[in-house]
Amino acid sequence: MSSTMTEIRWHGRGGQGAKTACLLLADAAFASGKYVQGFPEYGPERMGAPITAYNRISEEPCTIHSNIYEPNYVVVVDESLLSTVDVTAGLDPKGAIVVNTARSPEDIRPLLRGYPGRVCTIDARTISEEHLGGYFPNTPMLAAIVQVSRVLDAGRFIADMEASFRHKFATKPQVIQGNMSCLIRSMKEVRGL
Amino acid sequence: MSIRERLSGNEAIAYAMRQIDPDVFAAFPITPSTEIPQYFAQYVANGQVSTEYVTVESEHSSMSTCVGAAAAGARAVTATSSCGLAFMYEMLYVAASARLSITLACVNRALTGPININNDHSDSMGARDTGWLQIYAENNQEAYDNYLQAMRISEDPRVRLPIMICQDGFITSHAVENILLEADEDVKRFVGEYRPENYLLKHENPLAVGPYDTCPYCMEHKVQQAMAMKAAREVVLEVAADFEKTFGRKYGFFESYEMEDAEVALVLIGSTAGTAKACIRKLRAQGVKAGLIKLRVFRPFPMEELAAALAHVKAVAVMDKSEGNSGCGGPLFAETCAACYDLPQRPMLIDVVYGLAGRDCRVEDIERVYRHLLTMAETGVTGPRYLHMGQRSNAEEVL
Repeated sequence: MSSTMTEIRWHGRGGQGAKTACLLLADAAFASGKYVQGFPEYGPERMGAPITAYNRISEEPCTIHSNIYEPNYVVVVDESLLSTVDVTAGLDPKGAIVVNTARSPEDIRPLLRGYPGRVCTIDARTISEEHLGGYFPNTPMLAAIVQVSRVLDAGRFIADMEASFRHKFATKPQVIQGNMSCLIRSMKEVRGL
Repeated sequence: MSIRERLSGNEAIAYAMRQIDPDVFAAFPITPSTEIPQYFAQYVANGQVSTEYVTVESEHSSMSTCVGAAAAGARAVTATSSCGLAFMYEMLYVAASARLSITLACVNRALTGPININNDHSDSMGARDTGWLQIYAENNQEAYDNYLQAMRISEDPRVRLPIMICQDGFITSHAVENILLEADEDVKRFVGEYRPENYLLKHENPLAVGPYDTCPYCMEHKVQQAMAMKAAREVVLEVAADFEKTFGRKYGFFESYEMEDAEVALVLIGSTAGTAKACIRKLRAQGVKAGLIKLRVFRPFPMEELAAALAHVKAVAVMDKSEGNSGCGGPLFAETCAACYDLPQRPMLIDVVYGLAGRDCRVEDIERVYRHLLTMAETGVTGPRYLHMGQRSNAEEVL
């Protein structure tokens, strides 16, 4: 919308935590003093069905209450969606798309229906399995979009997320380190920057 | 000092409820209001409130529970949506006619059918004649602020009517946005203790609630109830004035946005107002004199004030987020037309029914309505007065 506002659209499958990642990004942006919106698109969702969630992040209050049709950035949490959902619809050519995959940006680009902008990839599966012991793509994808979009200051983001994890996992501190490692490693390993 | 936070609309309502600590919460879940009793149940479990949390078997029962509690002198609350509100119907009338101050958080959702969980206003608009006060919110902040004002209005001896605090399902109820919260002690001081004058088991003056009313008396009671709705007008404004003095945020019957010199204007309710404001900023930058009336208080209906606010406008589109099924437009249109009838020079008025069952409304959609109004104002031709917007159709009466 306006030049001071960043709009992000998330594509995932029900149960993978795209909504949670979207709300975490809103939290992180809020912590850094911005105006935020984080909202999922609701329908008869069930595990595995394609879902969409949205973020608006701005220096000024965002009053618009519609979905986002021309996002600056798109995050794809499940690469199997690339063949069924037009994930780059309306995506700003000056923006970028971030896909969770072990493949390279060059391998992904042909699947993006001619999108001319930046294509970034992150292997959120490997990262989360190594640091969290299971497939939890939220944290790596969150870190990847922050790194790609630069919508938040990276240092501030890491500090805010650590505080947030300490609060959220107060009763299971053993997972804080794993999540932080996920975060930092993802920011380093995003390809196509 | 306000607290800077980020919450969804449902969280904001539950948070306000915790701060107020009502006597009774009658809980029955229905999407998209379910989170409200869910969050509140955590407050109960954590011992953060002293509320009697009654889990009932239906919405008819949740409203009946509120009726019983309120008649006994308790401050009673509940939350619902869509078919849940519809299932309360009989009891909504009982609550209002028995003059019971009950606060209902209505998270607006389409009424069946076909079954749909998304937002429109058909649920609460269907309840517009029940005798409940109705206040609507644009965003989470307004939902919170309206809730803090609700009980002061509803419990005022001049009013003594139940109140619905409405917000748009999912669009605001499930969207996390920035919000300013107030400190617990400031909220408690503002809302105050509920001290009903009369209640069921007051031993010096016991009373009956809800008995059969015979013909020689019933009409008097109905007229008293109608007068209470009329009297609520000044109470709404008094409470809003005190709210502004206390917390610094201003409210009235409606918000006039860029209306001073507006030549074309919209009248609408709820979250779409924010989208319309973004559109107005864009149009104003191009020199288009576009304005907006965002109606906050639908019951009591601010007839004279609305007419005065629209008197100088050339063309007005009322945007109804419920169909109404009158064959000639939605309820907001009918009442806005009635309000404007006595104006010496009325604006041209059309109805645009939009956003049914969650159909999204974008800045571009709002701009199309303004462009249509500009053409009306230029040509002097109103054209079709009853339009639908956003559906797949090639019919003419579509914006």
